[in-house]
Amino acid sequence: MSLKILQKEKLTEFIEQLLPQYRIAGPIKDKGGYAFQEITDPAELELEYTTTILPPKKYLLPTREVLFEFDNSNGGVLQPPPQAKPTIIFGMHTCDLHAVQLLDQVFSAGHTDPNYLDRRKNTLIVSIECLSPCDENSFCKSMGTLSADEGYDLHLTDLGDAYAVDIGTEAGEALLKQVPTNEPTTETIQRLNAVLSEKWPRFPYRLNFDVSDLPSLLNLSMKSPLWNELGERCLACAACTNVCPTCFCFDVYDEIGLDLRHGQRLRTWDSCQLDEFATVAGGHNFRKSRALRQRHRFMRKGKYILEAHNYLGCVGCGRCARACLVDITPVGVFNELHRQLEVEGRL
Amino acid sequence: MILTTSHPPIAEAAHDEELFLPTFATIKSIRQLTELEKVFTLELPNSAPLGHRPGQFVEVSILGVGEAPISISSSPSRSAKSFEFCARKVGDVTGALHKLQPGDRVGIRGPFGRGFPIEKFRGKDLLFAPGGLGLAPLRSLINQVLDERAMFGRVVILYGARTPDELLFKDELKRWGERKDVELLLTVDRGDESWTGNVGVITTLFRQISVYPRNTVAVTCGPPVMYRFVLMELFGKGISEGNIWLSLERRMKCGVGKCGHCQINNVYACQSGPVFSYKEIKGLEEAL
Repeated sequence: MSLKILQKEKLTEFIEQLLPQYRIAGPIKDKGGYAFQEITDPAELELEYTTTILPPKKYLLPTREVLFEFDNSNGGVLQPPPQAKPTIIFGMHTCDLHAVQLLDQVFSAGHTDPNYLDRRKNTLIVSIECLSPCDENSFCKSMGTLSADEGYDLHLTDLGDAYAVDIGTEAGEALLKQVPTNEPTTETIQRLNAVLSEKWPRFPYRLNFDVSDLPSLLNLSMKSPLWNELGERCLACAACTNVCPTCFCFDVYDEIGLDLRHGQRLRTWDSCQLDEFATVAGGHNFRKSRALRQRHRFMRKGKYILEAHNYLGCVGCGRCARACLVDITPVGVFNELHRQLEVEGRL
Repeated sequence: MILTTSHPPIAEAAHDEELFLPTFATIKSIRQLTELEKVFTLELPNSAPLGHRPGQFVEVSILGVGEAPISISSSPSRSAKSFEFCARKVGDVTGALHKLQPGDRVGIRGPFGRGFPIEKFRGKDLLFAPGGLGLAPLRSLINQVLDERAMFGRVVILYGARTPDELLFKDELKRWGERKDVELLLTVDRGDESWTGNVGVITTLFRQISVYPRNTVAVTCGPPVMYRFVLMELFGKGISEGNIWLSLERRMKCGVGKCGHCQINNVYACQSGPVFSYKEIKGLEEAL
């Protein structure tokens, strides 16, 4: 929409203005790494962070949420859960921002998901332009998520002593009105251009092919021997899906109190990597082996989700690669499938 | 990032405020069919119709125990005020269901999924081949077909169960068998002293019938292991892939295309199925 300049010394004031009105979640230092957490003091925010273990998805799709509460004794009167708190996710990287766009699509397509959409409606996103790669596992440039031109309410780019703030929505504009900003000058625009053009070469391409070929590459790889190799290594621990910003599969189950009267129906994150995920009541498991489950995961990321929702299911954040105990990585898998097809002359 | 594909995105629908909240239906009657299977007749508040098509399923819940997808067993052409499903006592929810009495209430969400395209079946000869509990979802379709009998050609039902005791809906099987316009053949894997009928798996029945393949629609449902054998018999009769319909079992947790449990490759069984033609699923490695 439009661009404003926010002096860095005004950031603290900005956050202090917002803290009484919103729950603010942002990257903070935590045990040697970074994590998205609710902040109470602007000094906690670490906007120059690398990556977080869990993506900010947890504020939109909590690890565990109450769908409704019940009381069995009076015939199961249902109490809908409380309304979502107004939240600002501050400092979201653009890979995660692309992931949120996919989640928005998934939960608003077909049957809309009231719980997700209620939280989303009450969430503002202040994203930040990444100026260098998080680490050697990031492959955002290959996935086209190195930047974003939509999906945020405000988007910050670090210009040194100030942030260029791109206003994405009216809600973002209203937010920014709570702090003094300057109009951009020719000099600051030039600086913004320089910062953006200098960042580009700092990021390597890590896929050996163009990402637009990924769906067809996977299509040709249903019977690749690689899936069995991955299955031999995979521990089925589900760390990869737990840290993924685009994984949205869930389980639904009931918990009942010791009085056997009051209880809750819960939704929790689930994983297609777990043995029971595709098992039906009679015991038949439609993805019995870890090889089939790994194949399913990568097919979802690069093909199935795209076919269902028009968004790729991988944003190149590299979290699953960092989390995997046996070094199964999307870059490694996709490049190996590409190599196999090249050797077989099937490309 | 967005890549363009030939697949359109899923269409927008109205905001579903109560997506996960069940409606409570009252159990009107319970019939014990076999040692493990009971049929439950339920009525929604104000006798509201469920509004289902044969082949669709509902999410059945018992508060404090959980929720399970169960296919609807009654035909919408019979009673608008009530509906039925058949539950085998095999898990937590079905175990708890089996302890309920008439007058008790159970939570219902749905109906969900795509049912049988019965309009396409009109004018055709129909060959039903359910195995075991697979008769439960097909019964809904069979009864609708029998209620609109004049609109269809031959009706052949080949039904197999493991033992005579495990045959479902015996009273209805008897009525179907007495009809002149229904050809019913039964088999059991293992007979007993009272059984005088065919012994052998369901495929042994196919040898006893002949069909005109170009005008035949086959509908089958059963345990996963059954499908490949039944499909071979159907292909052997010359029935085309697009005229073979199956109802696939998956563990739908949400019923609305989100939770991922029912996914068959890129297809959500709860949205695109659970009813599929063989032509639709033959390219899906995880389907059968």
